[in-house]
This record gives sequence, structure tokens and C-alpha cells, in this order.
Amino acid sequence: MLVFNFWLFAGLAMISALLCITRRSPVVSALWLIVTMFSIAALFIILGGQFIGAIQVLVYAGAIMVLFLFVIMLLNLGRGEPTDIPGWWGKAITLGIGIVLIVELWAVTRIVPAGEIRLPAGTMEQVMDQQGAVGAISNTLFRDYLVPFEIASVLLLAAVVGAVVLAKRRL
Amino acid sequence: MTPELKGFLLLGLVKAAVGFGLLLLGVAFVTWLERRQAAFHQDRLGPNRVGPFGLFQPIADGIKNFIKEELVPADANRVLFLLAPALVFTPGLLLFAVIPFAAPMPVSFDFTLPLLGRFVYDDAMPMMIANLPIGLLFVLAVSSLGVYGIVLAGWASNSKYSFLGGLRASAQMVSYEVALGLSVISVFLVAGNVTLTGVVEAQQAKLWYILPLTLGFVLFVVSALAETNRLPFDLPEAESELVYGYHTEYSAMKFAMFFLGEYAALITMSALMATLFFGGWDIPFTSWDEGEPSVVASLATLIVFIIKTFAFVFIYIWIRWSLPRFRYDQLMALGWKVLLPIALGYIMLLATAIWLLEYFNVEQDLLYGLILFVVNLPVIYVLFWILDSGRLVFGHGLQRRITS
Repeated sequence: MLVFNFWLFAGLAMISALLCITRRSPVVSALWLIVTMFSIAALFIILGGQFIGAIQVLVYAGAIMVLFLFVIMLLNLGRGEPTDIPGWWGKAITLGIGIVLIVELWAVTRIVPAGEIRLPAGTMEQVMDQQGAVGAISNTLFRDYLVPFEIASVLLLAAVVGAVVLAKRRL
Repeated sequence: MTPELKGFLLLGLVKAAVGFGLLLLGVAFVTWLERRQAAFHQDRLGPNRVGPFGLFQPIADGIKNFIKEELVPADANRVLFLLAPALVFTPGLLLFAVIPFAAPMPVSFDFTLPLLGRFVYDDAMPMMIANLPIGLLFVLAVSSLGVYGIVLAGWASNSKYSFLGGLRASAQMVSYEVALGLSVISVFLVAGNVTLTGVVEAQQAKLWYILPLTLGFVLFVVSALAETNRLPFDLPEAESELVYGYHTEYSAMKFAMFFLGEYAALITMSALMATLFFGGWDIPFTSWDEGEPSVVASLATLIVFIIKTFAFVFIYIWIRWSLPRFRYDQLMALGWKVLLPIALGYIMLLATAIWLLEYFNVEQDLLYGLILFVVNLPVIYVLFWILDSGRLVFGHGLQRRITS
């Protein structure tokens, strides 16, 4: 059942990702991207990361993609060109990068992770039972790794301020 | 599959069918209630011809919608145009899946079907369709998807009014989602749990959260009104400006799907208000419903839950026929400049208060609730002071404006 679910959602994610980059209409592309996000959320849930799955739907499928769609609709873009990669050189470079990525993927499937970064079987379930789906994440984030978390949030804040400054020349 | 797993799955299927069936029945009832209550507020009779008190009016409407002609505009994006009503309808129903609607019911069966094999179940069945460990986060995630149906309906119709409605809806729903999420965080803070069963249990044991989280409730109601596109926030539809907004071009059953989705979301939001702030299926001032699970307790709590939910549905409709529509800039200002800062400040204040109460080892009882209620008061005062801005309560402000 688990394996079936994995292949179902992994396949759905792959197919919709392919459709996302091959559709000519930007709105339809965005919609396929939403399906991809959704399938990835399902994969997180299969892995036992229920909280991350919910956040994936809430943030990516629910908020960010709505804004994407909003902007695309406002711009009212028509059907795009078949490709926006210019020239012979561009195509060659893209092909090269694509091959590198595929080789990397192949290599990743071959590597066995070192023992320390693998949790013993059943640890996730045990922690979830003790602390709940949200507690398991929040205890780590706000107790053990509070400082890195805050640094990351300062970084995000800087990005927000930068975006506002760029968009609004006169405050 | 083991017989236990099969029994569990069978029960899940039955619960899903019965739950969604009841929800749709509730939707039919609410369409009737809305029209009758509107008539009551406007001093007329409303639909009263079909069946006793006109109760069969929704059935007549349903038949009418089924036999009407389905139209698709010539320039519409056909696939998305047909997909949109389903996308509005589905999240409205899905939300209901995690709400516990009665006390657990003892169920036990053991039978064998030809071909399918043996089904076994013997336990107290939680009266909700799916008991997820993330509970309320599922509600937030799914309700954030509801906007797609509306946006796509507006875009795919390829008509100006629909498009404007769709754009308004997306901006509005994204804005108020933030306030909705933040108001729910106040419940998490007090309950220390995100599952809805946990929230209901915590309220049964001690006190309903309406007392310690009064402002959280106010924020939740306001943003729920905006999330479900109900008056005074029905700008995506705004029939006097946009014909009918995002579903202008829809006819027959597709139009009815938007209606069903909207009313299903209305019922679910009312059920959430009852669950989060008014004890869910808890019968007040008694404790026998929390003891050993029994069929009687289950049915009694179900009735109590329905009464609570429909009390909020009644208030929803009451608000609709009492308040005029907001202007669009007022809507956005209210969402971003009033509700969001107040909700953030409220959470900080609340978290500090709860931390202090835990530090001094105050039990979660009436005293705890009263202390938190007192903490609420200054923020409520600030909220009303901003909303009022010297118009109503502080009449001299108005007087000064007129004279100047």
C-alpha cells in the first residue's frame, strides 16, 4: 500500500512537473505546478512528515501559487513561445546542465548515507507519539536550533525589506 | 488485509458517506433557512409553498437546476470553466472531515461477507471522519485551496465582471487567511494541542475557550466571514456592482455547485466556531457525556453540536441581512492594518500571560479563564477604538468633524 501510494504521487509529481514546463499558457502551467506541489505534500505525509505536508499545501499550494496566478492573470499573458532559450549555444548549455543533473540523480540513488544521519527505524513514530506531529518539529526548532532559526528569519526579513525598497522607490 | 483493518476501512467509508450526506442535507436546509430568515428580517414570508413551511423548496430548486440548460460561453477556457465549480465544492466538503461532531460511539461487529471476507471492529468509534494528528492545520491548508475555484471561475469565464470578481476574491481570501490562521493560534496556545479532539477534550475538562479567548473568537468570526465571501465581505460577488462576480457566466447545476460549496463552507466555519470556542459537542454543566462512551451520549452530543452549529449559521445570516457591504479599500485596510497587527499583538500578550500563569502554577479553571479574559480587555478596547475611530461611541468626534 505504501509503495503503491509512493509511486502514485511520485508519478503524479513527475507528470505534472513535465506538463508544467511544456504547456504554452502560463495559467495552465501554474495550475500544473500546483498539482506538483500537492503531490510533494502527499509524499511528505507518506514519509510521516504530516506537519511538513500540511505546511507545504498551506504555504506553497495555498499562498505562493495564488499570488503567482494572481500576477499571471493581471498581466493577461497569451500563449508563450515554444522555448525561450535563445540560440544554438543556449540549447547546448541547457542540454549539458540537464545531463549533469540526471547523472547527479543517478549518483544519489547509488550512495548509501552514512550511519549517523540515518535515524533508527521507528524513531519518527516514537517521537510523534510522545510530542505530537507539531511538537516534534517545534521542540527541535525553538529549543535545540533556536539561534540558526532566528538567523534564517533575519535573512528572510532582509529579503522582505529589500523587495519593498526595490518596489517602492519613494517610501 | 486483516479483518480489523477491513472493519476500520468499512467504518471509515460509512462515516464518510453519512457525514457528507448529513452535511449536504444541512446545506439544503441552510439555503431554505437563509431565504426564510431573510424574509423574516425584511418583514415578508419567504418560500412557504412547497411542503410544510416550504421545507421542500431546496428539493424543488435542485430539480430546477438539474433540468436547466448548461451553457458554456464561446470564448471561455472550456476545461478550466468546467473544473472551477468542482474546485469550489470539494474543499468545502473536505474541511468537514476533521471536525468531531459527537462523543465517541461504541461500535462492535464481526461478520463475514462472501468474496470480501471477515470484518471486525470493537472499540469506541471517534465521531469524526478522519482523526488526523495535524487536525487544525489540515483545516487551514484545505481552506487555502478554496480560492482556486473562484479565481479560475473568474478567469476561465473570460468576462469582465467574472474576472474582477475572481481578482477581488483572490486578494481578499489571501489577506484574511493570515488573520484566520493567527486567531486559531490563540486556541493552540491555550489548548497546547492542534488536533480538534484535543481542543474539545481540553474544553470539556475545564472551560470553554470563549472566556479566555474572547478576542480570538471575534477575530475568527470576522476573518471567517471574509473567507467564506459572506456579507459584509461579499465583494467577489457584489451583485450590485459585478452582476454576480465570478459565477456570472455559470448556469444550471454548475451554478448550484458554487452555491453548495459556499454553504458547505458556511456550515463548516460555524462548526469550527462551535468546536474551537464553544466546547464542540460538549453538553454544558454536565459531565456524563464525557464518561463511558454510549450510544445515548453520542446521539445527545450530536444534537447539541447541531444546535451550536446552527446558532452560528443563524448569526451568519443575521449579519448578512443587517450590515452593508464594505468598500474594497476598507476591506483591505481592515485586513492588513487592523486585524493583522492586533492579532499579532494579541498572540504576544496571550503567550506572555499563559507563560506567567504556568510559572505561577495556575490550574486551567475558571480563575485562569477570568485572568485571561482580563488580559483580552485592553486589546478589545484597542480594536473597538480603531474600528470606531470616534464615530459612534465617542460622538463628540463626529460633532467636531461636522462643526469643522
